Amino acid sequence: MRITCPLCGERDRREFYYKGAALALDRPEPDAGAEAWDEHVFLRDNPAGETRDLWYHADGCGAWIVVTRDTVSHAVLETRLAGEAGA
Amino acid sequence: MRFSGLRVLKEGLTGNRGWTAHWRDPEPKPAYDIVIIGGGGHGLATAYYLAREHGLRNIAVLEKGYLGGGNVGRNTTIVRANYGLPGNSEFYSHSLKLWEGLEQELNFNVMHSQRGVINLFHSDGQRDAYARRGNAMVNQGDDAILLDRDGVRRLAPYLDFDNGRFPVYGGLYHPRGGTARHDAVAWGYARGADQRGVDLIQNCEVTGIDIQNGKVTGVQTSRGAIRAGKVGIVVAGRSSQVAAMAGMRLPIESHVLQAFVTEGLKPVIDTVVTFGMGHFYISQSDKGGLVFGGDIDMYASYAARGNLPAVEHVMEAGMALMPMIGKARVLRSWGGIMDMSPDGSPVIDRTGIEGLYLNCGWCYGGFKAVPGSGHCFAHLLATGRPHAAAAQFRLDRFRTGAGIMDEEGTGAQHNLH
Amino acid sequence: MRVAGKGLLDRSRSVPFRFDGVRYAGLEGDTLASALLANGVRLVGRSFKYHRPRGILTAGSEEPNALVTVGTGGRRTPNTRATVQEIHQGLEARSQNAWPSLKHDLLSLNNLAAPFFGAGFYYKTFMWPKAFWERIYEPAIRRAAGLGALSGEPDADRYERAFAFCDLLVIGAGPAGLMAALVAGRAGADVILADEEARMGGRLLAETETIEGRPGHEWAEAALAELAATENVRLMTRTTVAGAYDQGTFAALERVGHHRAPQEGLPVECFWRIVAKRAVLAAGALERPIAFADNDRPGIMTAGAVRAYLNRWGVSPGRRVSVFANNDDAHRTARDMVKAGVDVVAVIDSRADAPGSDLFEVHRGAHVVGSAGRLGLEAITLRSGAAEHRVETDCLAMSGGWNPSVHLSCHMNGRPVWREDIVSFVPTPGAVPGMVAAGACNGAFSTQACLREGAEAARGALEELGIKPPKPDLPMAEDTEYRIAPLWAVAGKGRAWLDFQNDVTVKDVRQAAAENYRSVEHMKRYTTQGMATDQGKSSNVAALAVLADATGRGIPETGTTTFRPPYSPIAIAALGAGGQGKGFAPERLTTSHKASRERGAPMIEAGLWYRPSYFPAPGESNWRQSCDREVTMVRAAVGICDVSTLGKIDIQGPDAGRLLDFVYTNMFSTLKVGRVRYGLMLREDGYVMDDGTTARLGEDHYLMTTTTAAAGEVMRHLDFVHQGLRPEWDVRFASVSEQWAQFAVAGPKSRDLLNGVLDAPLEADDWPFMACGAVRVLGVAGRLFRISFSGEHAYELAVPARYGDSLFRALVARAEGMGGGAYGMEALNVLRIEKGLITHAEIHGRTTAFDIGMGRMVSAKKDCIGKTLSQRPGLTDPERERLVGLKPAGAVKLITAGGHLFAQDAAPVRQNDQGYVTSAGFSSTLGHVVALGFLRRGPDRIGEVVKMVDHLRGVETLCEVVDPVFFDPEGGRVRG
Repeated sequence: MRITCPLCGERDRREFYYKGAALALDRPEPDAGAEAWDEHVFLRDNPAGETRDLWYHADGCGAWIVVTRDTVSHAVLETRLAGEAGA
Repeated sequence: MRFSGLRVLKEGLTGNRGWTAHWRDPEPKPAYDIVIIGGGGHGLATAYYLAREHGLRNIAVLEKGYLGGGNVGRNTTIVRANYGLPGNSEFYSHSLKLWEGLEQELNFNVMHSQRGVINLFHSDGQRDAYARRGNAMVNQGDDAILLDRDGVRRLAPYLDFDNGRFPVYGGLYHPRGGTARHDAVAWGYARGADQRGVDLIQNCEVTGIDIQNGKVTGVQTSRGAIRAGKVGIVVAGRSSQVAAMAGMRLPIESHVLQAFVTEGLKPVIDTVVTFGMGHFYISQSDKGGLVFGGDIDMYASYAARGNLPAVEHVMEAGMALMPMIGKARVLRSWGGIMDMSPDGSPVIDRTGIEGLYLNCGWCYGGFKAVPGSGHCFAHLLATGRPHAAAAQFRLDRFRTGAGIMDEEGTGAQHNLH
Repeated sequence: MRVAGKGLLDRSRSVPFRFDGVRYAGLEGDTLASALLANGVRLVGRSFKYHRPRGILTAGSEEPNALVTVGTGGRRTPNTRATVQEIHQGLEARSQNAWPSLKHDLLSLNNLAAPFFGAGFYYKTFMWPKAFWERIYEPAIRRAAGLGALSGEPDADRYERAFAFCDLLVIGAGPAGLMAALVAGRAGADVILADEEARMGGRLLAETETIEGRPGHEWAEAALAELAATENVRLMTRTTVAGAYDQGTFAALERVGHHRAPQEGLPVECFWRIVAKRAVLAAGALERPIAFADNDRPGIMTAGAVRAYLNRWGVSPGRRVSVFANNDDAHRTARDMVKAGVDVVAVIDSRADAPGSDLFEVHRGAHVVGSAGRLGLEAITLRSGAAEHRVETDCLAMSGGWNPSVHLSCHMNGRPVWREDIVSFVPTPGAVPGMVAAGACNGAFSTQACLREGAEAARGALEELGIKPPKPDLPMAEDTEYRIAPLWAVAGKGRAWLDFQNDVTVKDVRQAAAENYRSVEHMKRYTTQGMATDQGKSSNVAALAVLADATGRGIPETGTTTFRPPYSPIAIAALGAGGQGKGFAPERLTTSHKASRERGAPMIEAGLWYRPSYFPAPGESNWRQSCDREVTMVRAAVGICDVSTLGKIDIQGPDAGRLLDFVYTNMFSTLKVGRVRYGLMLREDGYVMDDGTTARLGEDHYLMTTTTAAAGEVMRHLDFVHQGLRPEWDVRFASVSEQWAQFAVAGPKSRDLLNGVLDAPLEADDWPFMACGAVRVLGVAGRLFRISFSGEHAYELAVPARYGDSLFRALVARAEGMGGGAYGMEALNVLRIEKGLITHAEIHGRTTAFDIGMGRMVSAKKDCIGKTLSQRPGLTDPERERLVGLKPAGAVKLITAGGHLFAQDAAPVRQNDQGYVTSAGFSSTLGHVVALGFLRRGPDRIGEVVKMVDHLRGVETLCEVVDPVFFDPEGGRVRG
């Protein structure tokens, strides 16, 4: 598996750390309530198909990257810096 | 037909013409008391215990592919009850007791082999953590022995005791742990359920769950609508998709876990060995292949196949721990789709929808759970109350924070274990 | 026997080798299989279940029968395919799965009991009595099963792994692959051409058909010469492309050393990860046998293999050859044999309309229904119409048609598609993104079609890559139509083999169907069809056809099982090359490592780091003596400990303070410059992630320390919080863990010691507890932190790592002059337990700030990561197990980490479990064991006596529950 780091270019998967759904970028307000926090931290759409998830170029530049990917075919459709992807 | 050595002899002498189908292929009826979605190990065991323990007969198991086609047929076959935290402890203990005697109960040889499981440790800190776990096992009534280096050497002399990167300090030994023939477990339960009148319906994909006024009324399938009083979802690897049919989001991410088998070899590894520092575990099948695996690939996936980084890491760990397996050739690799829950422990629970029940989140440990999961899920479906051994497997534990079972301590959040 | 005038080998280059101890001679370029056939050896192995005598079936890696063991000791390699192993000087091969000998194998008795050993028999018996499974049945089954044996010794060979990158990977160097490589190479693309065999050319080496009027192998040689001379083309022989993975990554195994005697320093295999922008699959096709009664005798081979042995290796596997086929292709075997002067006694073709020949007799519409010969074929029974007759023959070349090698196209879950015209499966286009199938693996069987498809596939790839293809230049070759009529199993009595190695017969498949194992996956798993070392390469399609027939379905509806990587088996040592011994993980050494070793300190692992356990003094005979002395030394004088393994993160920027407030539970923006604060970090789920001290070195400059174990995790976390959650904040991070060497100087004499090494002495008032700042130490710029992990007046002194070794030596020397010295992890652990200070033994991932008594450190004034979920009811339940100190209160004075806690009079069972011990050690300071643990409602139970039970170590102790701070609870020493 290969992922294109927006800063470094295409690299082998083993350079990256995986965090999971890009939902993690949409952190609720502290007082958003138990349900909103449950939705944020624990519940997942977990799609069989296109998904957006977070990867960290750990053995590279240290960028957090939002990867748009297909969980069935493993096709990588788009990569963007998390800081620029917007919530 | 009852199986026995005598029967094999008799059939052998008469040309093996008398063998009959192990289960029927019935057409789906318009309605059942209980519909189980998913004909894997857990679903088949659930159906079996519903019939056997609760006397229910009007049950269907709906399977989109073939029986036992999911993770029960693609795992590393390890059976153990060596958990440390309340909730898991009593459940896996219960499950192991069901394993012991499963052949006689099912009249089907699932080759449950109690050859022992060793978890190695490589530092004083790990030894203490394993001591805590082992003591929990004994508190539960199961068996655990803390081995020193020489104790491990007696059971597994082929480990690299002298040059390894992480020297072997000792191991937590679980003599009643072992392996079983994975497919046979599914087939044995299928045959047992069928004999008790359960309809096992293959090639029948559930496409919708019918809910009226907050109560489940049946399912839509590729072979037509089926009404049901109760519906149980037991579809590891597709849990999120099937739950979504009922409007639910689950605390589950799907990941791929790869496993490997080598060419057949004469006996060389007699126990199950687990190498935590390397995420590596291995046993040898009765057929002679070394069966082993490691950690998940670490990205959400439904592909049932993995990639090379995980493959190579597993092999490196194997070489680090037991360099005598170097010449064993990997014959086949495969991937299973794991229901990864935040804390690494499963869910057996009611849902917010009346009559709809959920069994999911087995992560990479579902095989050994098959009897216990089926038994406890059947109890829940039949009585509406959780079985004592699975009472902590609640769906709402992440929202409340009560009863979280993060066995590894790596975090009760997704992707941390 | 060798046939005069045939073969592509040099007859003058003889190579000796041994098989089962007998010395033979072959020729350079021989495989073990061709050399054995040349020597008239037909019996080479035994089957898995029935121990039937077996010979060589094929001429390639798909061989199911001829598996041998090669080498000795740590180089012993079981299950080596004789058809792949090249002979070399000193080669020792042995047969396997036979006892006492290959000719007289005791377990061939199984063959007589075959009626009782049918499909799945073991699921129906061996169940009584229950205890017999582990004791009697299973050991017996295990001993009988398996093929070759591992040596049990560590692998003595060297293996490597490597990466390669290219524009176009061409898999297979037969006519299609060579043509694809030529086209792409001429266009200037970076090409890798990989082929499994020692010699490239594929079937062109095994056939007599011509290209451009000259023998195919000559054309191949010319093509290879051109490719070898093309700089942008890399030729990889003996390289099996074994797996297709995501984004154009392919796994390949190169056999580097198996074809020669072991050579020091040279790997035997190299495992390649080839990243290719495009790929052409030109893997050819594999011939399938025909199932008929006793079709497994040595001497019965695939027709294409017989032809390959003749044309490539100059060997005829028999003197009286017969052919049995359902297609025209196999007639070539008879033709080539006759032309080479070998007797062809019969060509039996199941088709009534099979072509005739002037060279040999063709029995049209006829079948082979049986064979005879104890350890090798002597005769076959031919049935034509109602008549049966015996034909004396010592080699039957059979062909049930050809299966395109679709395997790699299935590795990403692609399913092959059925083509009725060629009675086979072909790859689904696009099944592996970027890979196109060409030639025989795509169902194109003529040489001309292979060349054409190879060229077209390369041109397509070039076009997609934006590389201009060269002018078309397609050579002319034979373009014979492939004619075949289905024939899977010949009707009749007796056992007809499908899977030769696993002994799966037509009857087994039919029985599986009768028992309702009708799904192809069920049939496979129930009968073990296709699960042998060849993964059913030559048997799966026929078994599928038999199942389809037995269940009344067509072949496409019956479906296929899934081909998974690797294409052919790969040694664990190759896939895990470099993992053996210390290679498995990096070893991280501190700057004081050498000095510590010189002092005799045993080193222990701390994550990837090595740290000294203790520093033995003369006369000390065990670790406890050293530990006790070191603890006393720190409490009474001064001790030196390397703490460089802790993570150190430099944080700078105007928003550094805000960010720290967000990741720590407590406030850091209010910390004064020149001060240090202890901080607690939570995961978002509210549990403790890590702890450590953070110093404010300047207005916009902080230095964070993390625990040794969590250094990487915390760095990643900070990057995430910044980039992902607060990208607008102006702050930057850099890990400086390895840039600084840092030493604890702890004990009442620590200031005196430092004053001897610092350029300016410390003024007491300038350096209160938790102060920090820049210092000069022995002329070098350093940093000093007045922090303590021992409860003593202590400092941590940091210098750039290059000065670490000399500073450590200087500090220890001075300490020793003051009655102190170096201390290790054992003493450090006792010192911190005495003070109730926590490590990852306590913050083990399942504890909260509330649990460790730091609930009040979660600031009410601000949000922080983990704050909201740390307030979930389950995480603040007073019933939770919370941190306490424990000391022995009864006759037994021992407390052990890992023991569980119970009420005094309660039975030690799960239902009564109230907690557990996390850390314990003997306090030489206090004269008793001190321990930390978690106990239900712990802090509310101070003074209570509980019972600790450690079943595993046989310890049961009454313990008093005490405050976790055992020593100097007022903290006077640390501030003094």
